[in-house]
Amino acid sequence: MSLLRVEGLGKSYTADKQILKNINFEIKAEELVSIIGPSGAGKSTLLRCMNRMVEFSEGKIMFNNRDVGSLDKKELRNVRANIGMVFQHYNLVPRLTVIENVLHGRFGYKTTLQGLLGRYTEAEKERAFYLLEKLGIHEHAYKRCDQLSGGQQQRVGICRALIQEPKLILCDEPIASLDPNSSKIIMDLLKSISTEMGITCLVNLHQVDVAKHYSDRIIGLNKGEIVFTGTSHELNEEQINKIYGTKTEDLITA
Amino acid sequence: MNEKKMRKNRWQTVIFLLIIIVLTYLSAAITSFNFVDGLATIPKAIGWMFSNLMVTQETLDKLPTILEKLAETTFMSIAATTIAAVVSLFLGVLGSKVTKVNNFLSVFARFIASVSRNIPVVAWALVLLISFGQNSVTGFLALFVGTVGFLTRAFIESIDEASQSSVEALIATGSTYFQIVGKAVIPQSLPQMISWVLFMVETNIRNATLVGILTGTGIGYTFDMYYKMLNYNAVALVTLCIVIIVIVVDLISNYVRKVIL
Repeated sequence: MSLLRVEGLGKSYTADKQILKNINFEIKAEELVSIIGPSGAGKSTLLRCMNRMVEFSEGKIMFNNRDVGSLDKKELRNVRANIGMVFQHYNLVPRLTVIENVLHGRFGYKTTLQGLLGRYTEAEKERAFYLLEKLGIHEHAYKRCDQLSGGQQQRVGICRALIQEPKLILCDEPIASLDPNSSKIIMDLLKSISTEMGITCLVNLHQVDVAKHYSDRIIGLNKGEIVFTGTSHELNEEQINKIYGTKTEDLITA
Repeated sequence: MNEKKMRKNRWQTVIFLLIIIVLTYLSAAITSFNFVDGLATIPKAIGWMFSNLMVTQETLDKLPTILEKLAETTFMSIAATTIAAVVSLFLGVLGSKVTKVNNFLSVFARFIASVSRNIPVVAWALVLLISFGQNSVTGFLALFVGTVGFLTRAFIESIDEASQSSVEALIATGSTYFQIVGKAVIPQSLPQMISWVLFMVETNIRNATLVGILTGTGIGYTFDMYYKMLNYNAVALVTLCIVIIVIVVDLISNYVRKVIL
């Protein structure tokens, strides 16, 4: 059974330019799926349609048997709480501590007042520390986020997504601002999140080799259209040319 | 940038400077201001200041009254600024493009800020004088209105700058509007906001003197009174007291800034 099903999805900001055209795909639970494609292909927009951070113009998205497009405000909040999100620039609150940022992930399940007063249950706090320890940043729990390195901040971002107990995590270029070493740590983490914790990951990536190495499946996007879907093995040079519109040897793939 | 463009840029600078020189000369000619004469009067002015604006023993007797008025003015400025800060916080959150509720309220908040900022405090004081008369409420309101305008504008920029990305992340977790404002936007932009509030406290103590002259209250009134009585020694003492209090407030706010930023 598929966790996420996208049918005929389309998005246009202005009448004459379509960002996304007739997007169809399905993602099963516990899969790690990468979306690759050149800059401006619509990767970020596609990802943000999944939790309606961007409102799509046509088509249908089914997440966990719910029609994402027809949700009211309260239901949308509930769906968003079930979808974690990881960003290229981490999007933490830099002046707050690591643990505070992680616990922000619980807001989706709380009333406004509980959130404002910071009323977290013991279980939530324990879970936060457990996750920080699992990701190897528990010794920084009381540090301010702006004192951490990029790789550490991204791990805080992942902790914030994980504490939501999500079924799906959307990652928008999670390693685009990181050095190769941190990038590997983050990608290994995402891989283990999908295999061990059984959380589906949908990842936007720039690096073809990274996508090939880590993904169960790859979606290739060019000018708002899917030009390729398949496993890493099926992604050959010809397909890469089709996605990027250039020869593979002209690309820095790693 | 190529050579031709650089040359063009240099010419633009020269022409710009020439225009400024011509404008200066024209303005001086029209207002019959003579720069050399102006310079020549400076020593004379300094001489007058030294002979008249001296704090003498007998003016020191007036010190308690002056200090009382000074305290009144200082506290009024602080009250006007802090209350204005609370109002500005709401307007700032509404006006910022990151945290706006809808476009109408955003434009509305910016409009209020713009109107109250672009009318000088002195003009506000004179306008309010008509409806409220010569008392400290008028002075308070004049400072309050001007401060709301400035602080709203400053807060909008602090919020825009500080929190765009974390707001996006928190929306994605399913947070409510007030959770986002209370737990991401305000913690992130608060130090910047406090810094602006401190700046406004300083500015308002200075402005309060001027407003006081118009509304007949506080240290401004004291200054005006002694000035009109030609008691220049007392005027000197008042000025000295204002300078000292402004410096003290400046030192305190610099210290607070260093601690919070």
